[in-house]
Amino acid sequence: MRLISILGLIAVVAFAGGDATFEAVQRDLNIPAIIMFFIFVGATLGITYWAAKKTKSASDFYTAGGGISGFQNGMAIAGDYMSAASFLGLSGLVYLQGYDGLVYAVGFLVGWPVILFLMAEKLRNLGKFTFADIAAYRLGQKEIRTLAAFGSLSVVILYLIAQMVGSGKLIQVLFGLPYEYAVILVGIMMIVYVTFGGMLATTWVQIIKAVLLLSGVTFMAFMIMSSYGFSFEALATEAVNTHSWGQDIMAPSDKGKITDPISAISLGLALMLGTAGLPHVLMRFFTVGNAKEARKSVVYATGFIGYFYLVIAIIGLGAIVYLTPENAPEFFVDGELFGGGNMAAIHLSKVVGGDIFLGFISAVAFATILAVVSGLTLAGASAISHDIYSNVICKGKADEAKEMKVSKISVIIIGIVGVILGIAFEHQNIAFMVGLAFAIAASANFPILFLSIYWSKLTTRGAVIGGSIGLATAVLLVILGPVVWVGVLGNAKPIFPYAYPALFSVSAAFIGIWFFSITDKSQRAADEIRAFGPQSVRSETGFGAEGAVDH
Amino acid sequence: MNEELANRIQENPKYKELVSKRTKFALKLGIFVLAMFYTYILVIAFNKELLGIKLSEAGVTTWAFPVAAGIIIISFITTLIYVRRANGEFDDLTNSIKDDVRDAL
Repeated sequence: MRLISILGLIAVVAFAGGDATFEAVQRDLNIPAIIMFFIFVGATLGITYWAAKKTKSASDFYTAGGGISGFQNGMAIAGDYMSAASFLGLSGLVYLQGYDGLVYAVGFLVGWPVILFLMAEKLRNLGKFTFADIAAYRLGQKEIRTLAAFGSLSVVILYLIAQMVGSGKLIQVLFGLPYEYAVILVGIMMIVYVTFGGMLATTWVQIIKAVLLLSGVTFMAFMIMSSYGFSFEALATEAVNTHSWGQDIMAPSDKGKITDPISAISLGLALMLGTAGLPHVLMRFFTVGNAKEARKSVVYATGFIGYFYLVIAIIGLGAIVYLTPENAPEFFVDGELFGGGNMAAIHLSKVVGGDIFLGFISAVAFATILAVVSGLTLAGASAISHDIYSNVICKGKADEAKEMKVSKISVIIIGIVGVILGIAFEHQNIAFMVGLAFAIAASANFPILFLSIYWSKLTTRGAVIGGSIGLATAVLLVILGPVVWVGVLGNAKPIFPYAYPALFSVSAAFIGIWFFSITDKSQRAADEIRAFGPQSVRSETGFGAEGAVDH
Repeated sequence: MNEELANRIQENPKYKELVSKRTKFALKLGIFVLAMFYTYILVIAFNKELLGIKLSEAGVTTWAFPVAAGIIIISFITTLIYVRRANGEFDDLTNSIKDDVRDAL
């Protein structure tokens, strides 16, 4: 309990500090938002306290002991997916570019059925704590786990920086709190959730936030639609009349980001396969009791996420209509929306629900970031402790207590690194980071995972060389592409013309893995191919699966 | 899972039935979802105007909206269809295989 009061104190000091120094760029202290934020923090710390008492073994820590139900897990997966980037980013994209935002939404969603048909139950049947458990099931532990941990950590760190910078800016605008304090506050909160409460607390924080966010956006959409007599056509007509693009916001546009066929196909691939390679999403499949619950969780997740995206489209159109310099001058500074397009949903919440609702949505947006970074951190920490420490360094002989200690230390280190990088990248263009994270997930993690489940002739050599080729190609093409080469480094023309490298890097990974596997004629390769039989039986039936519930 | 037991299960006709039925079913649904999504992406890539056609002459709403909503809703329905069969028929088969090899598990 002492810890909680110290935390409260830090938060109060931090909020108080925000008020005097940042008045020039920020809003007044938002009292309802702060009250609701404290209610959320209080509730989640209570949950963490409860979860900490139940978290004893490594399995409790990494996977909540496998005791999460399909419905709860579906909610938590939806929560992971409804990050600040999709809530604020997608509604902002619809606000700025109309329909283009929906193309992303559709791409993010269709990954889910594919994950269900190809991966979900197999992940549950083969995995234990991390997705490397599956890839390393019959392949070389040392090589595969090192590569997988590297892939996981790259994705986690990139995602974490993007979330941290986003959270700092968001909190700065919402609560009138200085950027550094905001980032440090997020870092401390997430370390507390994860080190004390492990996966159980992380999951429940995510579930609560998902419920709050879904209720919030539903209310917003309801208010918008009610003022247009629940006619989408009436709302759309008003949006077309208001937006400077006119009718062009009603369809995918040449003015938007998806301008050529290669980009469109490549983006589609990155969104779909990237999801199936995100370590913090994959690990959620180990928190349910069996394959049946794993499948159910995808159905619930797809339902919630799909509903969320449909509602976001309405919110984006509502923002176009309500947030104009004429209708809502208080949100504009020099003709620009205060805080940029990403703040559209937040400002809109004040228009439709007043200060109290603005407070609610602000607190939910903060909660969203906290919940997502907690999941990311846990995924990163398990890659370090379970894959690197326990299986590579100790060759699988580490004792459980020690492994847990290492993971808790890893959580603290990742938290501190996240805070430092979050502060360092404050003024950098970080838009490429989530794209890069998806590209790496799709090009390195996904091909290895997918082929290890389905392709009997996969060998360690093929996975390591091909996976590395995929990783290197993804990173290189993002750096040489327009986003980094032109946008960050300031060169005139990109060397690689496409913003989304997935089409090339995913192909390179699959071809590399295939070629270096079939040319591997070693004895070890032959053993690995023979071991596919037992692995395949377990993946199909779940016999012998970790923590399996006997029927 | 040792090799001997794995071989025994793989010889079980119910196992063969399970794997072949489920693989075919998952592939069918998967290809359906991918075809639907990539048709959409390819229309955006090559013929954006098609999605810009209005639902009615007088209005502003285009086909792009029901198409996006439709893909999202149909994707959800495919997950329902898969899980209904997997949690019923396929799990029953799995349990019956389990009964056959219970002595060795």
